[in-house]
Amino acid sequence: MCLAIPALVLRRLEAEEALIDAGGVQLRVSLALVPEAAAGDYVIVHAGFALSRLDAEEALRTLALFAELQREPVAVSR
Amino acid sequence: MKYMDEYRNATLARALARRIAQEAQAPRRYRLMEFCGGHTHAISRNGITELLPDNVDMIHGPGCPVCVLPVGRIDNAIELATRQPLTLCTYADTLRVPASRRTSLMQAKARGADIRMVYSVTDALRLAQENPARETVFFAIGFETTAPSTALAIRTAERLRLANFSVFCNHVLTPAAMAEILGAPQSCGADGGGIDGVVGPGHVSCIIGSKPYEAVAEQYRRPLVIAGFEPLDLMQTVLMLLRQINQNRHQVENEYTRAVTREGNARAQSLMAEVFELRDFFEWRGLGEIAHSAYRVRPRYGRFDAERRFGIAYRPAPDNKACKCGAILRGAKQPRECKVFGTACTPESPLGACMVSSEGACAAHYSYGRFRQMKMDRLSA
Repeated sequence: MCLAIPALVLRRLEAEEALIDAGGVQLRVSLALVPEAAAGDYVIVHAGFALSRLDAEEALRTLALFAELQREPVAVSR
Repeated sequence: MKYMDEYRNATLARALARRIAQEAQAPRRYRLMEFCGGHTHAISRNGITELLPDNVDMIHGPGCPVCVLPVGRIDNAIELATRQPLTLCTYADTLRVPASRRTSLMQAKARGADIRMVYSVTDALRLAQENPARETVFFAIGFETTAPSTALAIRTAERLRLANFSVFCNHVLTPAAMAEILGAPQSCGADGGGIDGVVGPGHVSCIIGSKPYEAVAEQYRRPLVIAGFEPLDLMQTVLMLLRQINQNRHQVENEYTRAVTREGNARAQSLMAEVFELRDFFEWRGLGEIAHSAYRVRPRYGRFDAERRFGIAYRPAPDNKACKCGAILRGAKQPRECKVFGTACTPESPLGACMVSSEGACAAHYSYGRFRQMKMDRLSA
């Protein structure tokens, strides 16, 4: 039920709908909850509705945080 | 797939595992509850628990919508679909949830009731438009992830003046259930010792934002970190929780910043506020009645409310006696502690709701975790 997935918006269609690509599967979903999403954006899709638009900058920031782990000397907060 | 593969890097996962091992201070135990069923599924599927030290326990929470829907509500839906000439639409998982007298919506369908499986509430709306002479009821379940789409469907039905569409609304609310679990430590967690930290739901939080958890974290003095659904997201979240626990902090932090903001989705929130109001009480399987924990349709949209339209009256009904779903949903028992797990109760023929959905704790353990358990049992024999 809450198993939602990131999907690429391929193109906007009429009536706040869009064609998306979710890992190779193309689907028609509603953008009514995320009206600002445009072609090329990634959105979280759940039960036929996009719930939020993925923030590319924040995504990179999280990845950079992981990468830092490998370099950072061990410092445990206690 | 972008936004998935890069969060599945094994080298980084091992680096995070080392960090977590350093942070986890023996002999203390860290009991972390993943509230959301999507996280339960991701943890089992990716073998996250195997990467964690022995003193970090992941406890499954109640965040699986079909799991927490009590038997009485399914009974209501079956009664509606079999006694009235109408089409009942619902999400796939709901069809297989066991109801009273060893029946289910799937069996009612097999006996001739007009019950349809839909991917989205939009499908139910379309069915109503295509069949104007027939009543179409959407059996709506789910947390704040599905509630906005149901609200939107009701608004659309009003705009289109659809006279034959209504919703049997069973949407439930995350913060209320979380407060209930953290407020009753004696009934939750494996040894009754309660929960030290919460892995906060990701997709629910896309809608409600991280703000609603702040009061809960403050009141129960427990840290909460909102997590994404990939292995690195979950490992990072565990690390963030351990750090908070060690530093005696109880803040709301957000690991899933690429999808979740503090404010959430304003459009979805205003749709829900316009169409729904809080119920005084709602019964949850395993948790009992929780005040202000579910939505019903506002009187202004009363003609789209199936409860009013068809006079649905809720009657509580007991779960199958052998089933331990209630205790599992509170995190008080593990799936393998249930006598019927994997024998009488399997995903193909579930006795309890936790075995139905892939997000259910029992279904996740059946699909992934039990093989690890079998290996461990063999090694210790």
